[in-house]
Amino acid sequence: MRVMAQLAMVMNLDKCIGCHTCSVTCKQAWTNRPGVEYVWFNNVETRPGQGYPRRYEDQERWRGGWRLNRRGRLTLTAGGRLRKLLTIFSNPVMPTIDDYYEPWTYDYDTLITAPVGEDFPVARPKSLLSGKPMAIEWSANWDDDLGGAPELGHLDPMVAQVRERTSEQVLMEYEKSFMMYLPRICEHCLNPSCVASCPSGAMYKRSEDGIVLVDQDRCRGWRMCVTGCPYKKVYFNHRTGKAEKCTFCYPRVEVGLPTVCSETCVGRLRYIGLVLYDADRVTAAASVPDETDLYAAQLDLMLDPHDPEVIAGARREGISDDWIEAAQRSPIHALAKTYRVALPLHPEYRTMPMVWYVPPLSPVSEALRDTGFDGEDVDNLFGAIETLRIPVAYLASLFSAGDTTVVDGVLRRLAAMRSYMRRVTLGEELDEGIAAAVGMTGDQLVELYRLLAIAKYEDRYVIPSAYAEQGHQLEELACSLDVDGGPGMYGSGPFGEASGRPVPVSVETFHALRQRQTSSGFADPESRAAKVNLLNWDGRGTPPGMFPPAAEPSEPPGPAGGSPEASSDAPSGEEQR
Amino acid sequence: MSTLDIALWGVLPYLVAVLFVGGLIWRWRYDQFGWTTRSSQLYESALLRFGSPVFHFGILVVLVGHIIGLLVPKSWTETLGMSQETYHVQALVLGGVAGVCTLAGIVLLVYRRRTRGPVFMATTWNDKIMYLVLAAAIVAGLAVTLLGAGATGEGHDYRTTVSPWFRSLFVLRPDVEAMTHADTAFHVHVLFGLTLFAIWPFTRLVHAFSAPIGYLFRPYIVYRRRRPALSSPASRAPRPGWGADRRQRLRR
Ligand code: SF4
Ligand code: SF4
Repeated sequence: MRVMAQLAMVMNLDKCIGCHTCSVTCKQAWTNRPGVEYVWFNNVETRPGQGYPRRYEDQERWRGGWRLNRRGRLTLTAGGRLRKLLTIFSNPVMPTIDDYYEPWTYDYDTLITAPVGEDFPVARPKSLLSGKPMAIEWSANWDDDLGGAPELGHLDPMVAQVRERTSEQVLMEYEKSFMMYLPRICEHCLNPSCVASCPSGAMYKRSEDGIVLVDQDRCRGWRMCVTGCPYKKVYFNHRTGKAEKCTFCYPRVEVGLPTVCSETCVGRLRYIGLVLYDADRVTAAASVPDETDLYAAQLDLMLDPHDPEVIAGARREGISDDWIEAAQRSPIHALAKTYRVALPLHPEYRTMPMVWYVPPLSPVSEALRDTGFDGEDVDNLFGAIETLRIPVAYLASLFSAGDTTVVDGVLRRLAAMRSYMRRVTLGEELDEGIAAAVGMTGDQLVELYRLLAIAKYEDRYVIPSAYAEQGHQLEELACSLDVDGGPGMYGSGPFGEASGRPVPVSVETFHALRQRQTSSGFADPESRAAKVNLLNWDGRGTPPGMFPPAAEPSEPPGPAGGSPEASSDAPSGEEQR
Repeated sequence: MSTLDIALWGVLPYLVAVLFVGGLIWRWRYDQFGWTTRSSQLYESALLRFGSPVFHFGILVVLVGHIIGLLVPKSWTETLGMSQETYHVQALVLGGVAGVCTLAGIVLLVYRRRTRGPVFMATTWNDKIMYLVLAAAIVAGLAVTLLGAGATGEGHDYRTTVSPWFRSLFVLRPDVEAMTHADTAFHVHVLFGLTLFAIWPFTRLVHAFSAPIGYLFRPYIVYRRRRPALSSPASRAPRPGWGADRRQRLRR
């Protein structure tokens, strides 16, 4: 047994309102740069839907993840080492920008510079890749809220799978369909196929916390990781020629803060915590022959952090006591392993993903309510889970390799919790029978309810304090994505887009802060000092560079004029507090 | 043997060598972040799919051809019983096919670069100059392959002129005399070649030197500690970004 720690996340899908706040704040923090316009480390998909990039789950085509070869050994679906090197000059299974979408901006300038005329000036969309006017045809969430589902819904690979498995159609017509949101980030897999696909060895899994990162200095742009990841969560920065991916906001979690997407989640549906697992058994677990056994195998890898043997093993591996204690309080362990209500996304890819999902009960309970039944009654709910095969089969195709019994079980536990808690709330007599029907006790259901419904910040994010203690040493840590602020981002270095020296985050922050505190006017937004780094922004003051500079005023703004200059300079940091 | 000859074949090669080796070392130390293929596959895949492999595999064969032609002395192949004619026929066939592939590849790639909007936008001046020199070297190379094999009548045997000169460079006694006897076409090709090597470290061509052969031998999953400081407190002093500390991180 080799005990390792892994930072993991749970998302409770019943609570996701599809607001995309997580995506937007993540983009502001990480991919708000040229070269990664199309990149969404966090994206929210409406399902049924094609997802982002389009049809990424169609592994027949994209060949991501692992599969078992004829001898039952785990191999990369896209081919082994030699094959990778032979196809390195042109990767045959890499999505092109059309599979994502062509990023665009608008020609805002015409709005203010167009000469006076009959017609109202229009800001036309302009491609950010070619600079030419373009027609917008797709984006990261073009099929949001089932938009276009009647025509395009069948393109969801999982819809096709459900049809094959149950010989029933997923109906896309209004009022017959069901819908859910699926927020996705990198899964920070235990058996990451992206890392295995990287020819330069630039991608790695951090042994302390399992975060999967790209070393920007060692990435040579071979693009194999993009293919390797079955979730298509490694993106290619087309300006720097390097791969980038979700970082689990490592600069934040290292000091004990939750990721940006979690912190800003409107539904408060994300949980972050540690999981202890047995690293020696990962390959074996990922190699079980039957796809439907993968979920169980993955659960089996997770070690009980209260088990003295596991604790001893963790200490042996140098995991500190704070971390062990954090693992014991981990909401991830509770939801995934203890209560078994959180499931991995597409375990059949054999990467052992570490972002878990509590499948939504709402497609079932809503259908129930629509038919006039009491959607909170446990028997009605159980019955509905039995009879509403389509939503359940669809959820199973996402979360348990098609095994509906697993999803059934989870939904039943959630249904039991609802009914049980309703009695508690209404002051009715408690019914232990409800709990027993799903093999739990009433206290456990209450505990589950607390965790899912009312958990506070500290209970949702249990990020070990050892990070905080080390925080002061990390200031100058020059690691992979520090170079986000590299000069190449804002223009051409001497040897092409991205060359030159990166500036450590703290140096950049220092300059930005000083600039903000000492200057009275706007900095040139092209200047790096003026760049707003939301990752470090403390929320005080209006950072320069957040708004474009006012154009040369033709006449001086009036004293009360709402010119941005006047309004943004006035409140000092002190006043805003 | 004029002064120009000495300058071109006796001095220039060494200047280029200094630029090439020094440039590579310098860039490796100071521009790891810029060291990439800068692939444009994301923008366009259909043309790249043919152009890129044809070009790259072609140029790899061309590389092998150069190594054989320049480094293996004529006497060796003769001892093996290979006549001048046989040697030239195989050189023409192999070199010609590889050269034509390389040329076709680069033509397709440049065409793609010119006509596909996003790819063109992503093309820097640096790239354009590099493409020019590379294409010139390839065209000139193809020309001398034909010349050398006697495709235009009397073949020029570069293995008595260019090759001895090339080998003599490495023992620091440049045989300028031999080189002056070579055809002008060879002179032109060699000059383009030298230019290519001179600009190599400063273009995207550097990616050739990070060909990921190590991939064949490493374990699939790479684990790394957050920083070496955790294991060896002596190396703690964190330095911003570059220099000695950086090299430590690379070795890790
Ligand atoms: S989800 Fe993340 S860790 Fe897993 S294969 Fe994809 S990029 Fe790698
Ligand atoms: S912020 Fe939360 S609720 Fe909104 S889309 Fe993201 S995950 Fe869903």
